[in-house]
Amino acid sequence: MEQHGDDHIIRIRGLGKKFGPHTVLDSLDLDIVRGETLVIIGRSGCGKSVLLKLITGLVKPDAGEIMFEGEDMTGFARKKLFEMRMRFGMLFQGSALFDSLSVGENVALPLRKHSKMTDEEICRTACEKLELVGLTDVYDQFPAEMSGGMKKRIGLARAVVMDPNVVLYDEPTTGLDPIMADVINELIRALQRELEITSVVVTHDIKSAYHVGDRIAMLHEGRIIYSGTPDEVRRTDNPVLRQFVEGKAEGPIKPI
Amino acid sequence: MAPIAVLGRFFLEFVQDLGGMFILVGRLLQAIPRTFANTRNILQQMDRIGIGSIPLVLVTSLFVGAVTSVQAAYQFHGYVPLMYIGTVVGKSVILELGPVLTALVVGGRVSASIAAELGTMKVTEQIDAMEMIAIDPVEYLVLPRTVAATIMLPVLTVFSDLLAILGAMVVANISIHVSFNTFESGLKLLFRNQDLIGGLMKTFVFGFIIAIMGCYHGFETRGGAEGVGLATMKAVVSSCLLILISNYFLASLIFRIIFAPSS
Repeated sequence: MEQHGDDHIIRIRGLGKKFGPHTVLDSLDLDIVRGETLVIIGRSGCGKSVLLKLITGLVKPDAGEIMFEGEDMTGFARKKLFEMRMRFGMLFQGSALFDSLSVGENVALPLRKHSKMTDEEICRTACEKLELVGLTDVYDQFPAEMSGGMKKRIGLARAVVMDPNVVLYDEPTTGLDPIMADVINELIRALQRELEITSVVVTHDIKSAYHVGDRIAMLHEGRIIYSGTPDEVRRTDNPVLRQFVEGKAEGPIKPI
Repeated sequence: MAPIAVLGRFFLEFVQDLGGMFILVGRLLQAIPRTFANTRNILQQMDRIGIGSIPLVLVTSLFVGAVTSVQAAYQFHGYVPLMYIGTVVGKSVILELGPVLTALVVGGRVSASIAAELGTMKVTEQIDAMEMIAIDPVEYLVLPRTVAATIMLPVLTVFSDLLAILGAMVVANISIHVSFNTFESGLKLLFRNQDLIGGLMKTFVFGFIIAIMGCYHGFETRGGAEGVGLATMKAVVSSCLLILISNYFLASLIFRIIFAPSS
């Protein structure tokens, strides 16, 4: 048993991923502490979403290991991977709701497939989770009738319906108006408090990062180049991080 | 060097597609024991793929039967007694026209719709979302569609055979003045059960091809709207080509080996 085994729910070591000739992640190391909200920031296309997909096994890495509660999950067979995923929830960038199912059925689907609950219990739990994200009376409507912000909230309700240990958020505030973005940020914090989950948020929205993060890590050129609390990030003299946080075109990061 | 490079790229893509398809079929076979757990989904797909295709099959079959009748009369004129119109219509419809044309029109309709649906799900991350809630997309999406298409295509073919013969009979009666009785006796003259069985055996394979091509190209979709369009086109082209190619091999297998004429 490793010394820090209990503190770190996820430990990533030497993670590498290439798509064709393009290196996305290059021997990346990252620890995620149980119960924290870790925000990973970085430019668009720097590999943040790929990192989330690697953590969940949706994409296989070329090198390195991802330890989830002390077990390397990169070598998991499908069945084991599915068992592990039941302990994860994920909010996708475009919400990824199933458009052939009603809002309620979207949230209820994981329960229908994996729990032994009765129909009535499933509906009740799905409604509770929808209420948790501030939505009522939408059970029988379809995702196509919902606004972007509502879709995100439904996606969030679906992500937490199985009471996961870890919830991953892929650009949760992108494409939303500032007020709805703040609503989502508040929800992320509230869910973390109420459900005691570990959250990993990937974003390039600095305001959101400061708001929800216990710790902020910056991904740049395939590696984590900085990790610290929001206050440390505000005071940092790291030139790359400063340029990103202040949103300047001039600096060590060259706009492409 | 350019033509060689193009040929090489084409060959690489072909091998990649072939490998991908084998993997998909392998995963589908693994999911087969869970067929009965997906009955509701399968019935829904049977309705969409099978019942939904009836109007298309109805029009196609009636007119194919009608034209076969007209062409047979034209060929026979002055050489062969017109009672044999029933014989030639029956043989060609039951052996080839019914199974192959049904497969082609249903293939166009169904593989395109499957590829577009799954392709859109893929580019909007719905397939990833399904994986994330620990639902196997092959079991939830591919299995119901493949089982439904494999069952429904033979059913549609029986329907098509009957309608084509009906169309031929009506046209023979109205425009060629062959009575229903004469047509029927011609139809029965060389009819053998094995023709019908052999023709229907092929359609199980065609149904499988239609669904699996739609699913494979849907899952392989990259990019946005353009990717979905490309996947749909690939699904239709590949399912139609595979139907025609496999038809030759299946006909050879069934009518030259399984039901080999005794000499």
